[in-house]
Amino acid sequence: MTAPLHEPTAEAAPSAVEEAAVATTGEKAVQGRSLGRIAWERLKRDKLALTGGVVVIALILIAVFAPLLANLVGQDPDAYHENLIDPLFGTPTGSLGGISGDHLLGVEPVNGRDIFARILYGARISLLVGFLSAIVAVVIGTVLGILAGFFGGWVDSVISRIMDGLLAFPQLLFIIALVSVMPNEMLGLTGSSVRVFVMILVIGFFGWPYIGRVVRGQTLSLREREYVEAARSLGGGRFHILFKELLPNLVAPIIVYTTMMIPTNILTEAALSFLGVGVKPPTSSWGQMLSTAIDYYDSDPMFMVVPGVAIFITVLAFNLFGDGVRDALDPKGSR
Amino acid sequence: MLAYLIRRLFAAAVMLVVIILVVFCIFFLVPKWAGVDIATSFVGKQADPAAVEAVRVKLGLSDPIFVQVWHFFKGIFVGRTYAAGGDVTNCAAPCFGYSFRSEQAVWPVLTDRFPVTLGLALGAAVLWLIFGVAAGVLSALKRGSLWDRSAMVVALSGVSLPIYFTGLLSLAIFSYGLGWIDGQYVPLSDSFTGWLGGMILPWVTLAFLYAAMYARITRATMLEILGEDYIRTARAKGLKEQVVIRKHAMRSTLTPILTMLGMDLGALIGGAILTETTFSLPGLGQAVLNGIKNQDLPIILGVTLITSLAVLIANLVVDVLYAVIDPRVRLA
Repeated sequence: MTAPLHEPTAEAAPSAVEEAAVATTGEKAVQGRSLGRIAWERLKRDKLALTGGVVVIALILIAVFAPLLANLVGQDPDAYHENLIDPLFGTPTGSLGGISGDHLLGVEPVNGRDIFARILYGARISLLVGFLSAIVAVVIGTVLGILAGFFGGWVDSVISRIMDGLLAFPQLLFIIALVSVMPNEMLGLTGSSVRVFVMILVIGFFGWPYIGRVVRGQTLSLREREYVEAARSLGGGRFHILFKELLPNLVAPIIVYTTMMIPTNILTEAALSFLGVGVKPPTSSWGQMLSTAIDYYDSDPMFMVVPGVAIFITVLAFNLFGDGVRDALDPKGSR
Repeated sequence: MLAYLIRRLFAAAVMLVVIILVVFCIFFLVPKWAGVDIATSFVGKQADPAAVEAVRVKLGLSDPIFVQVWHFFKGIFVGRTYAAGGDVTNCAAPCFGYSFRSEQAVWPVLTDRFPVTLGLALGAAVLWLIFGVAAGVLSALKRGSLWDRSAMVVALSGVSLPIYFTGLLSLAIFSYGLGWIDGQYVPLSDSFTGWLGGMILPWVTLAFLYAAMYARITRATMLEILGEDYIRTARAKGLKEQVVIRKHAMRSTLTPILTMLGMDLGALIGGAILTETTFSLPGLGQAVLNGIKNQDLPIILGVTLITSLAVLIANLVVDVLYAVIDPRVRLA
C-alpha cells in the first residue's frame, strides 16, 4: 500500500521548539531542556508508544540475529522436511500446520520447510527494505524540499510540479512495473539481493514527495525567522544557512514522517512479494509466504495466519511508536 | 470557474501524456539497457530472426519512442493499421493495440474488466465513507471515552493489516469455514444475488482498511476544527450544539476527507491490484498485473491510461466539489 501517508497533524511539530524555549523560564527547569529531552520525557509517559518501541527493537534484534536464532532451535530455513507432508494433499500431517517441538510454527505445505526459521529470515527483508527505502525517501525529500522552500522561484516551481506529478501517479502500478522490468543481475549483485536493492530504490523514490512537501512548507516559514536573518547578517553563506541553521529545525517533522513511512514501506514490500514481483524463492519473505498460502487457505490455514500475523505485529508496532513520536514532538496533539 | 476548468483539463491532458511516456520508457528503455529485445519476448526465445524482424516492423518497435507514443495516441482516436509485408491488420478506433501474448485486441479486455473494478471500488467506498467518517466523528465528539479508545484501537489495527491477509482470513472463515458465502465472482449481468455474494467479502475487507484510515483522519481533523475560533463564535452566538457540529464543524472536516476520497477512489477504479488478486476478481488490476508479469506492453498501457484518467478525473471532481462544501474555498 502506498497511499496512507496523509496524516494531517505533523505541520504543528516545530512548536515543540517553542515549548523548549518556554520550559527554560519555568519554575523548576532553570537548566535548559532540549527539544529531544522534552520529547523523550513525553514519550516515556506514553505506554502504548513504548510498547511499540520495545517490539520494534526486538524485531530489529530478531532480524540481525536471525541465523543465530534459527540455529538455536536447530532449523535451517531452506531444509526440506518432506516426511512431515501428507503425500496425497501436500499439506503438513501434524495438527495446526504441523506445529511441534521441533517446528515451533509448523512447516510449509509441499516441501515442509520450517516456518519459524523462514519467518525469522523474512524479518530481515521486511526491515531492511522498510528502513533503507525510508532513508532514500528522506534524503531525496529533505534535500529537494529544503531547496524548493529556500530558493523559491523557478526552483520551487519545478520541484513542486515534480512532487505533484509523482503523487498523482498510479504508484503501486509503477512500483510493480519498475521492479519487474529490472534485470536479474546488476552492479555485481545477483538473485534476491538485486530485487531487494531495486525495491529499496523504487519504494524510496516514490516516497520522497511526501517528505519533500512537508520540508518545503516548513522551510518556507522558517526562512523568514529572525535567526536566519541574523545568520545572514553575520555573513553566513547559503550553504551555512541551509544546512546549519535550517536543517536542525526541520529534524522534528522529518523524524515524524520517517517513522510513519517505515510501516507503509514494509507493507509495500510485502505487497510486492505477495504479487510475485518482489523477493524470489528460496529467499523467504512474509509477503511471498502469504501468496503461496492463497492455495492452501482452506486446507492449511495456519500457513496463512503465521506470516500475516508477523506483518500485522511489525506494522502495528511501528505505527504505535510512530504515533507516539508524533504526539511527543507535537504539543497540540495532547492525549 | 470556466477558465479554471479549462486550465485543469489541460494540465490533466499533459499529465496523461507524461504518464504514457514514462510507461513507454519503463518498458522499452529499461529492457534495452538490460540487453533484452522486446520483439523476441513477443515471439519467444528460440524464434527465427525473420519472425522477430517481422514482429518488429509490424508493431513499429524500432521506431523512436516518440513516434511510437504518437502512433499509440493516434490509434485511440482514429484507429491504426499494422502492416508487415502482405500481412495487414486493421484496428478500428478506439484502438489500444493487441496483446503481445494472447493477440486479442486490448479494448474489449478493458471494457470487460472495467465494470468489475468499478463495482468493487464504488461499493467499498460507500461502506468505508459511512462507517469510517461516522466512527471518526463520534470519536472526536466523545473524545477520551471508552468508545473513542476502542474505536481508535480497532482503527490502528485496521491500518496495520494488509488487505491480502484480511482477505484470505475472511475467505477461510466465511467462505470455507462457515460456508455462508460462495466467494466466487459472478458477473452482474448473470445474476444479481450471485454478484452480491461474490462481492460482499471483497467490499467488506477493502472497506475495513479504508474505514480505519478515514476514521483516524476524520477524528484528527474534527478535533483540530473544534478548536477553531469560528466554532467558538458559533457557540457564542447561541447556536445549538447540533447545528454547530452539523453546519460548521462537519463542513470543514469533510474537505480533507474529500481530497482523500478523490485520490483513493481514483486509484482503486484504476485497478485494486491487491484485492483483485486475493479474491481472484477479473478486474483491471488483475489484468495489469498479468500484463506486467508477461511484459505485455499494450495491456499495461491500456490499463495505465484508464487508471491515470480515473485518478485525474476524481481529483478534478473533488476540487470542484470543494468550493461547494467549504465556503472558505474559492476557485481561482
